[in-house]
Amino acid sequence: MTTTAPAPATDAPMRAGRKPLRVRLRRVPGWIGLGLVLLTVAYPMFWILMGSFKTQPEFLSEPFWALPQQWNFDNYVSAFVDGGLGTYIRNSVIAVFPALALVIVFGTAAAFALQILVWKGRGLFLVLFLAGIMVPTQMILLPLFTVYFKLHLTQTMWPLVITYTAIGLPLTVFMLATFMRAIPREIFEAATLDGASIWRIFLNVTVPLVRNAIFTVALVQFFFLWNDLLIALTFITKQDLRTIQVGLLNFTGQYGAVDYGPLFAGISVTVFGTLAIYIFLNQKVMAGLTSGAVKG
Amino acid sequence: MDSVFRNRTAAVVMLTPALLVYTFVMLVPILWSVTYTFQSGNAITGFEFVGFDNWIEFFRDDTALDALWFTLRYAIVMTVLQVATGYGLALLYIFFLRNKSPLVRTTIFFPVILPTVAVALMFSRMFEAAPTVGPINTILQWLGGDLTDFLGTPSQAFWVVIIMDVWRSMGFYAVLLYAGLVEIPNEVIESARIDGASGWKLVRRIVFPLSLPVLLSALIFSINGTLKVFDSIVALTNGGPGSATTPLTLYMFRTSFAYGQYGYGSTVAFMLTLLCLIATIFVFRSMRRDVTSS
Repeated sequence: MTTTAPAPATDAPMRAGRKPLRVRLRRVPGWIGLGLVLLTVAYPMFWILMGSFKTQPEFLSEPFWALPQQWNFDNYVSAFVDGGLGTYIRNSVIAVFPALALVIVFGTAAAFALQILVWKGRGLFLVLFLAGIMVPTQMILLPLFTVYFKLHLTQTMWPLVITYTAIGLPLTVFMLATFMRAIPREIFEAATLDGASIWRIFLNVTVPLVRNAIFTVALVQFFFLWNDLLIALTFITKQDLRTIQVGLLNFTGQYGAVDYGPLFAGISVTVFGTLAIYIFLNQKVMAGLTSGAVKG
Repeated sequence: MDSVFRNRTAAVVMLTPALLVYTFVMLVPILWSVTYTFQSGNAITGFEFVGFDNWIEFFRDDTALDALWFTLRYAIVMTVLQVATGYGLALLYIFFLRNKSPLVRTTIFFPVILPTVAVALMFSRMFEAAPTVGPINTILQWLGGDLTDFLGTPSQAFWVVIIMDVWRSMGFYAVLLYAGLVEIPNEVIESARIDGASGWKLVRRIVFPLSLPVLLSALIFSINGTLKVFDSIVALTNGGPGSATTPLTLYMFRTSFAYGQYGYGSTVAFMLTLLCLIATIFVFRSMRRDVTSS
């Protein structure tokens, strides 16, 4: 039933042979529309990249389509040195990666306990985790802020690591449970016949089988956490601890609204940094994000 | 043999870490927030029980009702446009590009994973009127339009937010709906063609009815996400001009952290949760319908 090439592909050459010009002309509006969409997607990013090399006078006096007059990296240096972009990126790494590791370890174990192990009430717990996907984050901010404040954690990265771990769990558990459901039960039964304990079944049978899925889920969670603004904005009160998103948001203020070059350089770094990951992993990113949606 | 999988110790050990974090960082705070809706004050000043005052206040507060109205307007307009552009692109991938579509699909998907803050800063420069004239205003001037301060005009700012979020999300819905359209059996489309259906007729009479289930779940997923809009608005308009583009999420953030009203902030958050709950009930309904129809 599932095919990668849809139906019309098979009879296309035959039709093109019968009335080539008419068919080709009929495709012109389609190509124009598609070209416009691609231009709309690509041009803003190209514009930002070009802007990141321009000087302030160029921004103010040249039209938007003008190419930069020189290719130096002054704006990037300025964004990192004066703007503190490097610190912000480091802070994001410190907050996101430990949380990501915890989400994956806890999530995989929980998915195994809920999907492969057999016990009364596991369905209920799965639904409990699911509920977390729906509730807006705004619902947990105030109590957490109160607790972090009382524990004097608001001047550290801990609130982010802890909150990110919790936020990432529901979708991780749910997606991994779905992937584990697809493993034929016979594989586990064969392993028990060979005398494997439940721990060996988890570590040496299940984890290798869902390794790809774990990677996909980790990738999806990475983008969710890395792009988070709300939680970082709430819990980080110290400028030195800002994550890349909060830092970028305040970039404008720091330079006054008019210093374009470093701002464009800052946007460029985040956009093309993301692109670098996407070029290698785009199929996994697309599959992971959309499968998370259908189930959510 | 089955007893291996009935290992209680294993279940407890494996579930506990996730369950503990989830319970203490999500479930308990959610219930705790509900108790805040009956109190006034904040973490620093302490709390006072006020009964249903916050709830009554919500429905008397014009700013809150404006925020509710903005959230609904945004969610409905966004959902329609997101899913419509996504569906249009998905049809284009399937019937126009056919097996040449992967590269295009991948390119149009890319903005989905970009940080919203970066996209918003980019769009605010694109729509700028002063001190530099951004690309959009320049193009409009070529076409004979006036220089418009898009982000400074309430009605225009709404549409800039919408345009930006469609730009960000259309590739996502295109891939989501494409995956649904690919599932339509070849034979169905073949036989419709033999019966003389082609072009729009084929889409309207055959493809559209068959893709209703996936279309419906995309619609509902979209409503659920757009009700929670926060990042794009904070970074693009910061709720302005005035409070013209302030959704419930941002209003909650303001009342809680700028004015220190935890009780009222929680009430706003709770109203938002109710909205999402209604949307989610629709998700489950539509999913049930999926199961029975297949």
